Amino acid sequence: MAATTETVEQVQTLANDGYKHGFVTDIEMETAPKGLSEDTVRFISAKKNEPEWLLEWRLTAYRHWLTMPEPQWAKVKFDPIDYQDSYYYAAPKSDDDRPKSLDEIDPKLLETYKKLGIPLLEQELLAGVAVDAVFDSVSVATTYKKKLEEVGVIFCPISEAIQTHPELVRQYMGSIVPYGDNKHAALNSAVFTDGSFVYIPKGVRCPMELSTYFRINAENTGQFERTLIIADEGSYVSYLEGCTAPQRDEHQLHAAVVELITMDDAEIKYSTVQNWYPGDEEGRGGIYNFVTKRGLCRGRNSKIAWTQVETGSAITWKYPSCVLEGDGSIGEFYSVAITNNMQQADTGTKMIHIGKNTRSTIVSKGISAGRADQTYRGLVKILASAEGAQNHTQCDSLLIGDQCGAHTVPYIECANPTASVAHEATTAKISDEQLFYCLQRGLSEEEAVSLIVNGFCKEVMKTLPMEFAVEAQKLIGISLEGSVG
Amino acid sequence: MTRNVTKLHPFADSAPASRSDDPTWLSALRQDGLRRYRDAGLPTPRTEAWKYTNLRRLSRMLFQPVGSSVEDVSVPEDRLPKLDAYRAVLVNGRYRADLSRLDGMPKGVHVSGIADVLRASPAKLEPLLGRLAVHEGKPLADLNTAYLDDGFCVFIDDGAVLDKPLHLVSIGASSGTDPVCFYPRLLVSAGADCIATIVESHVGDGAYFSNGAAEIWVGAGAVLNHCKVQVEGAEAYHIADTAIHLSDRAVYDGFVFQSGGLLARNEVYASLDGEKIECRISGAYLATGKQHIDNTTFIDHVKPDCKSREVFKGVLDGTSRAVFQGKILVRKDAQKTDGFQLNKALLLSTGAEMDSKPELEIYADDVKCSHGATVGELDADALFYLRARGIDLETARNLLVAAFVDDAVGEIQNAAVREAVSEMVQAQFAMRNEDEIDE
Repeated sequence: MAATTETVEQVQTLANDGYKHGFVTDIEMETAPKGLSEDTVRFISAKKNEPEWLLEWRLTAYRHWLTMPEPQWAKVKFDPIDYQDSYYYAAPKSDDDRPKSLDEIDPKLLETYKKLGIPLLEQELLAGVAVDAVFDSVSVATTYKKKLEEVGVIFCPISEAIQTHPELVRQYMGSIVPYGDNKHAALNSAVFTDGSFVYIPKGVRCPMELSTYFRINAENTGQFERTLIIADEGSYVSYLEGCTAPQRDEHQLHAAVVELITMDDAEIKYSTVQNWYPGDEEGRGGIYNFVTKRGLCRGRNSKIAWTQVETGSAITWKYPSCVLEGDGSIGEFYSVAITNNMQQADTGTKMIHIGKNTRSTIVSKGISAGRADQTYRGLVKILASAEGAQNHTQCDSLLIGDQCGAHTVPYIECANPTASVAHEATTAKISDEQLFYCLQRGLSEEEAVSLIVNGFCKEVMKTLPMEFAVEAQKLIGISLEGSVG
Repeated sequence: MTRNVTKLHPFADSAPASRSDDPTWLSALRQDGLRRYRDAGLPTPRTEAWKYTNLRRLSRMLFQPVGSSVEDVSVPEDRLPKLDAYRAVLVNGRYRADLSRLDGMPKGVHVSGIADVLRASPAKLEPLLGRLAVHEGKPLADLNTAYLDDGFCVFIDDGAVLDKPLHLVSIGASSGTDPVCFYPRLLVSAGADCIATIVESHVGDGAYFSNGAAEIWVGAGAVLNHCKVQVEGAEAYHIADTAIHLSDRAVYDGFVFQSGGLLARNEVYASLDGEKIECRISGAYLATGKQHIDNTTFIDHVKPDCKSREVFKGVLDGTSRAVFQGKILVRKDAQKTDGFQLNKALLLSTGAEMDSKPELEIYADDVKCSHGATVGELDADALFYLRARGIDLETARNLLVAAFVDDAVGEIQNAAVREAVSEMVQAQFAMRNEDEIDE
C-alpha cells in the first residue's frame, strides 16, 4: 500500500518535472471573437490600424486560403484542424499605452520571463542583446533601440514598421513567401498579428545580435508571427529566435512566416531554438508548428545561413529554404531536431541554385527517441543557369529505442553539367560500447546519452551564437530525459 | 460534348485476353488488375512515385494490341550480351519455342511459356502468379496483369543447380505501321537451396510499348543471380515492374543495365521476408539524345539480420534525363539491418538533367543504413592527368566515363555475366561515339 503511494508520488513529481517551462500566466487578454472569417481579418487589421492596401492583401490571402487544400505530403499524422475553434488575436490589455521602460511592464509578465530563466534586464545588461520580446502577439518591450538607430538599423515589431516604413514593408512583404505558397503561409498572411522587422542599411555590420523571444501564452490562441529581414548591400546581421511555451491540453496552431532578403555582399545568419510544449507522453496537447521560412540571396556574393535546434512542438513542419539567385551566393542550413515521446517532425530545407557559382551546405542531425517519428525532407535543385554550382548535404539520424522512426527523403534535381552535388545520409544508434564507456567512468545513463548526442550534434551546435549554444546544449539533455533505461 | 473517357485509361480499351478453358482464378486476377488500373489511371507527375517520369507522350501514342504473332523475326544476336547460355524467347510478349534453345537443360529446371503452363497445369501457377505484385501505386503492373496471357515461366526445383545462365530474350517488333503494345510477363520460382543465373534481355525495332511485369520467388538458402539488359529500340517505350520475394538465407544478386528506349522505367521491389538474406540490386544506365531513363527501387527489410546493397551509376548526354529513386524501408522487427545505397551520375552535356531521390524509412534502432548520391561532371584533375600523358581529350573522356560505369558493372557477382555486360557497355559507348562523329 505504502509502496503504491510512493510510486504515485514519484510519478507525480516526474510528470510535473517533465516540462520545465510549463505554466500559464494569467493576464487579461483582449481577444478577437473565436473563429476565422473576413470579420476576424478586418478586426485584426483595424486593431493594428493598418493601411488599406494591407487589409486588401490580408483579405486576398484569406480568400485564397479558403480554396487551398491542406498540404498532405509530409509524414505527420494529426486530426484535422478546426480553424473555427481558435482565437486569432490576443494582445496584452495594456496595448494602448505601451510601456516605455521595463518598470512599466506588467510585473506578472516579468515574472514569466524570470521563470523561464530569461530575465530581460539581465539579458540587456549582460548579454548585450537587444530583445524584442513577443508576449503572445504584441511586442511589449524593445530594447537597445537607440543604439541600433545610431547606425541606422531598423529593428521593430512589424506592426510598427507598417506604420513607420510602409514603403519597405510593402515592397518586400510577401515577395519571398507569397500568400499562395501553401495553406499555412496563406493563413499567416491573412491573420498575422505581429513579428519582427529588420532593415540593415548599406555597409552596416549590425553591432549586436538581434533576438526575439516568442512566447505563446493565451489558451487557444494560435500565433501567427511574420518576420521580415532585409540586409542591404554589404551589410551583416545575426538574428536569434527562441521559444518556450506553457503547458496545456489543447493543440495549438502556430503558422509563422519568415522572409529574408540579402542584396550584394550582404549576409544574414538566422538562428532558432524551438522548445514549444511537445505534448505529454501520450501525445496529448502540444504545439503544431507549421512554419514557412525562406531566404532570397538576391545580390551577388550574398549569404543566408539558417541554424535551427528543434526540440519542442508536437508536430514540426518546417523547411527553411534559400533561393540562391545572385551569382556566387551561399546558402547554409544547419539543423538539430530532437523528437521524443509522441512528437513528430518533418523538417529539412530547400536549396534552389539559380545564379552562377552558387554554393550550399546542408548538415542535418536528427535524433528520434520514444515513439517519435522524424523525417528529413530536402530539395537541392540546380537550374540549368547555375554554372559551377556546388552542394554538399549530410544527413545523420540517431535512433534511441525500438519504437521510434527516422526517415530521410532528399530530392536532388540537377540540370547543369558543371554543377556538383553530393548527398550523404546515415542512420545508426548509440552503441552499447559508447554507453558502457561513459557509465564505467561514473556518468549516469542520462548524462551519457546527453553527452553522446551533444557530440553527434556538435557540427551544428558550433554554428550557433554563443548565448544560444549553452542553452541549446542543456535543452538537448532535457529533451531526451526518460528516453533510455 | 462527350468526353473521351478512355483517354484517361489508354491501353485498356480492349477486353482482357480470355479463353473458354481459363481457370476462374485467372479471370478474376485479370479483372482485378483491370479494375485497379481503371481506378488509378495512368500515373501523372502528381503521383509521388512518378514525380519525375511523365507519361504524357506515351499516353498520346496510339498503340495497338498485338494481333496475330509476327512470324519473320530473328534474334538480333549482335545486340545481345555474348553468353554461353540456354535461351528462351518472347516476341511481342508471346513465347516462341521455335526461337528458344533449351536443349540439355539440367534436371529440375523447367522453362516454358506461361500460356502453355496455364493450359497444361494451371494449378501450379495459381499460388504464384499475381500474388507478389504490390498493387498500391502500380497501375502499370496492374495493366500487365489485366492482359496477362503469356510470358516466361521458370521453375527451379529445390536444390537444383543451373550449370549455364538462362538467357530470356524479349523482342519487340512492330508489325506494319501501327505501334504495338504488349505485356511480357516473367514468373520465376527458385526453390530452396538452388543456384541459378538468369539474364533478361530486352531488344526491338520500331515504336512499341513493352509494359512488363516480373514476379520472382526465391526460396530459403537459394542463390539467384538476375541481370537485366534493356537495349530496346530508339523509339520504344519500356516500363517494367519486378517484384522479388526472398526467404531465409537467400542471396539475390540483381543488376540492371539500361541504355535503350525513348522512355524507360525499371522498377524493382524486393521484400526481404526472412532472416540473414543478402540482397544486391545494382545498375548502370547510359542516356543520350532525348532519352528518359528511370530506375526506381524499393528494398523492404521485413526481418532481422539482412543485408542490402545498391550501387547505381549513370552517364547522361545530349538532352537526356535520368531518374533514380531508391527507397530502403526498415520495418520494426528488422533489427541488425545493414543497408547501403549509392547513386552516382555524370552529366556530360548542357541540357541533360538528373533527378535523384534516395530515401530511408527506418523504424528499427539497431541498424546501419546509409545512402549517398552525387551528380557532377568528369573530374578535371583526372582528365588533366590523362592529357598530360599524351592522351587526347576524346579518348581521355571516354576512358574516364567507361571506368566510371565499370564500377557498377563490377557489382555483378557472376563472372561470365559481368564480362558480357561489361563488353556490352563498351560496345554501347563505341556506338555512341561513332554516332557523334557521324553527326
